[in-house]
Amino acid sequence: MRLHEYQAKALLAAHGIATPPGVVVTQAGEIDAALRKLAGTQCVVKAQIHAGARGKAGGVRVLAADEVADYAQGLLGTRLVTPQTTSDGLPVDRLLIEAPVAAVSELYVACALDRGAGARVLLAGKEGGMGIEEGAKPVAHVIDTVRGFSPYQGRALGRAIGLSGRAVAAFGDLTAALVRLATTLDAMLIEINPLMLREDGQFVAGDAKIEIDDNALFRQPALEAMRDGRQGDAKDEEARERGLQYIALDGDIGCLVNGAGLAMATMDLIAQAGGRPANFLDVGGGTTANKVAEALTLLAHDARVKVVLVNIFGGIVRCDLIAEGLLLAASGFGRPLPIVVRLVGTRETEGRQALADGGLLGDVTQSLEQAAALAVQRAQSS
Amino acid sequence: MSVLVHKDTRVLCQGFTGKQGTFHCQQALEYGTDVVGGVTPGKGGTRHLDRPVFDTVAEAMAAVQPDASVIYVPAPMAADAILEAAAAGIGLVVCITEGIPVADMLRVKALLPATTRLIGPNCPGIITPGECKIGIMPGPIHSRGVVGIVSRSGTLTYEAVAQTTAEGLGQTTCIGIGGDPVHGLGFIDALELFEADAATEAILLVGEIGGVEEEQAADYIRAHITKPVVAYIAGTTAPPGRRMGHAGAVIAGHLGTASGKKTALAQAGVTVVDSPARMGRAMAARMAR
Repeated sequence: MRLHEYQAKALLAAHGIATPPGVVVTQAGEIDAALRKLAGTQCVVKAQIHAGARGKAGGVRVLAADEVADYAQGLLGTRLVTPQTTSDGLPVDRLLIEAPVAAVSELYVACALDRGAGARVLLAGKEGGMGIEEGAKPVAHVIDTVRGFSPYQGRALGRAIGLSGRAVAAFGDLTAALVRLATTLDAMLIEINPLMLREDGQFVAGDAKIEIDDNALFRQPALEAMRDGRQGDAKDEEARERGLQYIALDGDIGCLVNGAGLAMATMDLIAQAGGRPANFLDVGGGTTANKVAEALTLLAHDARVKVVLVNIFGGIVRCDLIAEGLLLAASGFGRPLPIVVRLVGTRETEGRQALADGGLLGDVTQSLEQAAALAVQRAQSS
Repeated sequence: MSVLVHKDTRVLCQGFTGKQGTFHCQQALEYGTDVVGGVTPGKGGTRHLDRPVFDTVAEAMAAVQPDASVIYVPAPMAADAILEAAAAGIGLVVCITEGIPVADMLRVKALLPATTRLIGPNCPGIITPGECKIGIMPGPIHSRGVVGIVSRSGTLTYEAVAQTTAEGLGQTTCIGIGGDPVHGLGFIDALELFEADAATEAILLVGEIGGVEEEQAADYIRAHITKPVVAYIAGTTAPPGRRMGHAGAVIAGHLGTASGKKTALAQAGVTVVDSPARMGRAMAARMAR
């Protein structure tokens, strides 16, 4: 789960990492009070959305105080499209208005997961900002899970990226705090980019990105409460609440599959057959008739979906129960929606018989490739 | 011959009396697996599925000497269960549980002794057809044979199994390594085991987007594997930056794409199939060469 910049900065500040003075506004009426509180001649105004490259898309501006109101009013309530969002963009419900930071240089620091090492890793780069992906590679320090991370290790990293003077000690403290915070929050990633170095050798977080491990949210209720459901596809959010793994894509063939790997494979097959999947949907390896019915209903309510491809390999889950779930939902679509069903595995004959007896309108096959080809045909002819 | 598990493997179950543990141990017993007992804290001294229940793995170890333990413990307690099995000296731990926090798995990684091999978590388990089934895979689709299968995905493993069964090739052992970013046994470990196993004539590798394990496997295959390898990688059409169901299936920047993995494997001499429906046929063709 991703947090907003303003949420991430509040967490950093609470753990001893300095952030610029700032105020969050949700409507135009709050802008005057925010400007009075910041009391500067200049402000940085930043759209709060769950995507990067906001600056390139006009979502971040440095403005004179008297220019803020116009810009803010024009941005609040709109959808911002950046190189990292879909063409629909994401809703700008909040702006973070901050005092500018006078920096002598901009660095990069992050605590991330190193899958290969099976450990957290601290990354430090002497060039931060938007060029981090093209610029020099950050220095990496793999963190010993049991021993943790001490400030002296951070100071050594600071020296390795060319820091000197007061900044060295400050960097040691900052990195140690960052690693502690990542552990405390069950964060998969905390990234400060840019990390602003002031003339006095102190650091300030210019931007902050935090991603929390979804598997750990059960023990992070305060973070779960920070979820912004509006920053994803509405269908994604609805599916999440129903316990389905769903990701909206931009095609017209709805997919209903058991198992994440098979769900990805089904998308690949559709593309190979010349079609475009409308979604990724994994109902789970051990699903139930009700869950299948809910998933099918979710897809049927998506107006873009012209045909649904159901691909089930019944292992522990029985095909006759899947058939029951499909029939349960298919009677209540309220619109003609062709279904292509590939149903194999445990009790597959009974499952296919049940579909025939129940009068399911659609094609039923045992072949993966035939199912994909049929779904593409139906989508193109409807 | 087979790898890691066989007809004489004595299997313990942690989370034995729960719904999952009960159902899948019943299935395993019907398959012929030697389930020797289970562990559920608080229920020690009772019997379940006509097998003894213990409070701790150490007590089970002393009483029934298991070689392997399968874990169906809920996610918040699963990492602790893995460490308990390892501390008791169990050599093979298979963790089926999905949704274990990454931080818990980092701790397991750091503390797991070299004497314990971990499979999973978030995996279907391991099976040697006709001999020993540890996990949630459907038994009847498997058949004894010559292909070793290793996969990050559950249902795609079943596809691979059904297809190699349909081709008359059968399987020596099938290992699901799981869909989590931090896990135990990896592709390279499985490749090493299959290469050393006399009964395994060819290897089927099923990967997916995310991480660099398939790329590392490609390097290993080039240097160390003499047997034919066929691979399928799921997620060619997956959008970057999104987690595709599995916690580990996410493309980060330029890292972890399906095309990068396919290219690396093909360059290592692996037969890479674009369609998940053609794993079995490609294997038959490759083995006939």
